[in-house]
This record gives sequence, structure tokens and C-alpha cells, in this order.
Amino acid sequence: MAQIFHRSTNILSRLTIYGALFILAGLVWAAYIIYSSPYFTEVNVARQQPVPFSHKHHVSGLGLDCRFCHTSVEESSFAGIPPTETCMTCHSQIWSDSPMLEPVRASYRNNTSLEWTRVYQLPGYAYFNHSIHLNKGIGCSTCHGRVDRMPLTYRENPMQMQWCLDCHRNVERYVRPREDVFKMDYVPPGDQLALGEKLVKEYKIQKLTDCTTCHR
Amino acid sequence: MAWVLLGACRTDMHVQPRYKSLEPSPFFDDGRSARPLVEGTVARGHLRIDEHLYTGKVNGVDVDTFPFPMDRAMLERGRERFNIFCSPCHDRTGSGNGIIPQRGFRHPPSNHIDRLRKAPVGHFFDVITNGFGAMYSFASRIPPRDRWAIVAYIRVLQLSENATMADVPPEARVQLQREGP
Ligand code: HEC
Ligand code: HEC
Ligand code: HEC
Ligand code: HEC
Ligand code: HEC
Ligand code: HEC
Repeated sequence: MAQIFHRSTNILSRLTIYGALFILAGLVWAAYIIYSSPYFTEVNVARQQPVPFSHKHHVSGLGLDCRFCHTSVEESSFAGIPPTETCMTCHSQIWSDSPMLEPVRASYRNNTSLEWTRVYQLPGYAYFNHSIHLNKGIGCSTCHGRVDRMPLTYRENPMQMQWCLDCHRNVERYVRPREDVFKMDYVPPGDQLALGEKLVKEYKIQKLTDCTTCHR
Repeated sequence: MAWVLLGACRTDMHVQPRYKSLEPSPFFDDGRSARPLVEGTVARGHLRIDEHLYTGKVNGVDVDTFPFPMDRAMLERGRERFNIFCSPCHDRTGSGNGIIPQRGFRHPPSNHIDRLRKAPVGHFFDVITNGFGAMYSFASRIPPRDRWAIVAYIRVLQLSENATMADVPPEARVQLQREGP
């Protein structure tokens, strides 16, 4: 009986076996790109909010300090989203009949919570704490970017594990003097590494990379 | 391979049956996971028996003393807190010309008028704690010790706004004269 496949088809089968490797690698690569793309990590995507609250307006425009609204950021793991009362401190008189602010007034009248769409939310199995980062000289803008330029809040960093670890392994590249952590326009000096190494010693910063630091 | 693709799925451990701060709750009628206090109860560590420290009054009268000693660190703390919470309206010097009144909020009085310079410290504490006219209470935002630090700093501002050259220590006088006011 004659052969069904001519000898020359052997080369085809070799090619497909070999090629499968590339296809596989290609798929892995595609998955990685999707995984770290803005579509998935939601970086730079502004959220729809019940009220179009603008950090740009309130922080750059009016010069408010982060802590006026995020009161617990220095003492606690949780930075705090301001309650309606905080908005009403000013909006009881300012723009007090603007329809844009009606949800705020309704929330105050009826004692209900304004439901902000969260921008950053780690999964339930990861632990994060603000106070330690501030006390060790990590500024808001290192993680959240120039919030003071955001008309609507969006994600600056993916907050994926790789990103956290990159800093935990190389803190000296990011640390700044403690008194500057709230400064939005802080620019690292030219000799950041020298300053970083000095501050790492001074603040006794450890390299926390054990899994149990964040998964507890 | 499968692991990488599955890594992209958000399931199971991602959503755990516990509440992170302020997460909404389907369990309670008002949908809040942060529960308000049950009436008639006091959270641990929040018992307010020291009237002086927590109300700025003794037997209903504003006190004119601080409930704990004020040192330099406390004043620095007071300055920081004043600049965060009060300066948007009262201005960094306490003049009352902050940016918010400039945008249409009611103008607060200057802290340097006679009435307020003579007011006892308990009055300032009371204003921060309970609000005053158009000004809202800051009790939930500023803990009592910080409120006292702010009051002490207001006293410092009142002193500095009405200071004369005689109040400046001799070492500092030369520098002041060189730099001008
Ligand atoms: C006037 C009050 C106010 C001030 C001042 C303020 N914020 Fe906010 N912030 C809010 C409100 C309200 C939200 C929720 C709505 C939103 O996400 O925009 C928020 C949300 C955020 C979020 C996103 C939180 C999340 O996960 O949903 C970040 C990050 C943030 N603020 C950082 C800052 C920083 C940094 C500063 C200081 C430079 C600052 N904020 C000053 C009111 C304020
Ligand atoms: C310290 C005072 C202050 C606080 C606190 C404050 N605002 Fe405002 N807000 C202002 C002022 C002043 C304006 C108007 C600015 C102007 O006239 O230039 C404004 C404007 C706005 C506007 C108009 C839209 C825009 O950006 O132009 C919205 C919406 C708003 N605020 C929402 C909020 C919300 C929500 C909160 C609570 C998280 C809040 N504000 C807290 C002072 C404040
Ligand atoms: C080391 C990085 C880092 C720094 C520095 C940092 N944040 Fe965050 N922030 C995060 C992460 C991560 C989350 C999400 C926390 C979660 O979901 O549990 C977050 C969440 C928030 C939120 C939402 C409420 C909450 O606590 O979950 C606010 C508001 C906020 N940050 C404000 C600030 C402000 C203001 C500063 C500076 C004073 C700051 N952050 C500094 C990483 C950081
Ligand atoms: C820009 C730098 C930086 C980034 C980004 C960062 N961290 Fe940290 N983290 C630090 C420093 C510095 C410390 C303090 C180390 C020490 O205690 O010596 C720390 C400490 C911690 C701790 C220890 C807190 C405790 O109570 O023991 C946890 C948990 C933590 N980080 C979680 C995270 C997570 C989760 C992320 C990512 C969402 C993250 N960090 C991103 C710099 C960073
Ligand atoms: C600095 C904090 C930190 C440390 C240390 C850390 N993780 Fe994570 N890990 C995170 C955060 C944050 C996430 C959530 C990432 C996200 O939302 O995409 C995460 C997610 C994960 C996931 C889920 C898969 C994924 O990437 O989303 C696994 C598995 C994991 N970590 C294992 C580990 C192991 C094993 C170690 C120890 C070698 C470790 N982690 C150490 C912060 C940390
Ligand atoms: C949103 C603007 C605003 C902020 C923020 C604010 N105040 Fe006021 N404050 C006012 C206004 C307006 C008045 C005048 C109230 C009236 O007469 O109705 C006032 C009045 C006062 C008075 C005078 C009371 C009297 O006897 O006449 C004192 C003292 C005072 N504030 C202290 C503070 C302190 C301390 C802070 C910071 C913790 C603060 N205020 C924050 C707006 C503000």
C-alpha cells in the first residue's frame, strides 16, 4: 500500500510541533499584556461618582490638606473617605443650591451614606496599612500620583503584588523625608539613592518581603 | 498556562466574608457595615469622665486652664492641626480671611478682636467641639487632645499678632530688625 502522506509532510508536522511552542508563548505573553493593561488594572480610568468631586478643585484650587477629609490616614490602616458632614462644612453655604450637589444634601438630610465608587480596593486576602507607610517616609503621590491634578479620581498605579514588592525590595529609590509625605509637588532630588540610603538607616526601614507581611 | 489564565479570574478568596472599612453591607437595613453606636453605650476607651478634658467646662462654666501641660511639641502639633482644619476659613494667622470665605462662605470674626483675646480657653474648645453658628462641629474629625493643642496655638497667634519689640528675646531682635517685619 502506498503511503498516505508523502515524506515531505514530515517537515510540516515538525513545524507544527515546534510552532506550538511559539503559539503557547504568544498566548502567555498576551495574557500578561491583558493582565497588566489598563483594561484590567483600570489604571488611568476615571470613575463615575454620585457627585463629580474634584481633587483638582479642592486640593490645588482651594489648598485643602489631604487630612481635612482623609482624617485617619496618619493613625490607621484606613485613610478614610469623608462623611457627608465634611462636605457640608463648606457646602452648607457654598453652592448650596447647585443641583450637582443635591445628592450630598439629600444624604445629609436623610442621614444616609453617599456611595462613592472605590478607586483602589485590594482583594480580601491582601493587607495594607497607611500609617506605617507615611511614618516611614512614603508620600501619597508615590502611590496615588498627582491626585491634586485629577478632576475625577483615577488609578495611578496598578496595586498589583509586583508593584508593592518592587518598592519593598528597593525602598531607597522611593523614600522621602517624613515631613514631605503630604506634598503633592515633591520632586526627588538628583541624588535620590544617597538620600534614600540615609533615610532607610535613619527610619530603620526593613525589607519586608515575607508573604505573611501582606497575606495574613 | 491554565494557571496564568486563571490568575485573571477574580473569584473565591478575592471576596471574603468580612468587611473592609466602609464596605456596603446587605445585612443591615441602612446598608452600612460601619455600625453607629447603640444608644446608651460607650465604646471602650471612649468613656468621657474628665469633664475638663472633654468639654472644656467645669460645672458648666468655660475653663481658663489647660487640662494638661503645653510644651513646644504640643504647640507644633497645634500649628499643624490649625493649618489643616481651620486655616481654609480662618486664614493661617487667624484673621478670618481664608480662601473659603473669599468664595462666599460667611466671614468668621478675626481671632484678634478684643472679645476673643479675653475669652477663656474653654470657649475655643467648645467652639471646635460643638460648632458655632455657621461653623460646623469638628468633634468627629479632631480628637480632644488635638483640640487643646489647637486652642493653645490660637493663644500663640493672638500673642504674636499683638506683640511688640519688647516681647522679642534680645538674641532674636537683631535678626528681626535686619529682615524687617
Ligand atoms: C475636600 C475633601 C477631600 C480632600 C481635601 C482630599 N480628598 Fe481624596 N477623596 C475625597 C472624596 C470625597 C473621595 C471619594 C471620591 C473619589 O474617589 O474621588 C476621595 C478619594 C480619594 C482617593 C481614592 C480612594 C478610593 O480608593 O476610592 C485617593 C487616593 C485620595 N482621595 C487621595 C487624596 C490625597 C492624596 C489628598 C491630598 C492631596 C486628598 N485625597 C484630599 C475627598 C477629599
Ligand atoms: C473647605 C471647604 C470645602 C469642603 C470641605 C468641600 N468643598 Fe466642594 N467646593 C468648595 C468650594 C469653595 C467650591 C467652589 C469653588 C469655586 O467657587 O471656585 C467647591 C466646589 C465643589 C463642586 C463643584 C464642582 C467643581 O469642581 O467645580 C462639587 C461637586 C463639590 N465641591 C463637591 C464636594 C464634595 C462631594 C465634598 C465632600 C467630600 C466637598 N465638596 C467638600 C469648598 C469645599
Ligand atoms: C504605599 C502606597 C500608598 C501610600 C504611600 C498611600 N496610599 Fe492610599 N492607598 C494605597 C492602597 C494599596 C489602597 C487600597 C487599600 C485597600 O483596599 O485596603 C489605598 C487606599 C486609599 C484611600 C481609600 C480609602 C482606604 O483607606 O482604603 C484613600 C482615601 C487614600 N488611599 C488616601 C491616601 C493619602 C491621603 C495618602 C497620603 C497621606 C496615601 N493614601 C498614601 C496605597 C498607598
Ligand atoms: C513606595 C514604597 C512602597 C510601596 C509601593 C508599598 N510599600 Fe508597603 N512598606 C513600605 C515601607 C517603607 C514599609 C515599612 C517597612 C518597615 O517597617 O521597616 C512598608 C511596610 C508595609 C507593611 C507592614 C505593616 C505592618 O504593620 O507590619 C505592609 C503590610 C505593607 N507595607 C503592605 C504593602 C502593600 C500591600 C503594598 C502594595 C499595595 C505596599 N505595601 C506598597 C514601602 C512601600
Ligand atoms: C508587599 C506585600 C506583599 C507581599 C510581601 C506578598 N504579596 Fe502576594 N499579593 C499582594 C497583593 C497586594 C496582591 C493582590 C494583587 C492584585 O490585586 O492584583 C497579592 C496577590 C497574590 C496572589 C494572587 C495572584 C495575583 O497575582 O493576583 C498570590 C498567589 C500571592 N499574592 C502569593 C504571594 C506569596 C507566595 C508571597 C511570598 C513569597 C507573597 N504573595 C508576598 C501583596 C503581597
Ligand atoms: C468652613 C469654614 C470654617 C472652618 C474650617 C473653621 N471655622 Fe471657625 N468659624 C467659621 C465661621 C463662619 C464663624 C462665625 C460663625 C457665626 O458667627 O455664625 C467661625 C467662628 C469661630 C470662632 C469664634 C467664635 C466666637 O465666639 O465668635 C472661633 C474661636 C473659631 N471659629 C475657631 C475655629 C477653629 C479652632 C477651627 C479649626 C478647628 C475652625 N474655627 C474652623 C468658619 C470656619
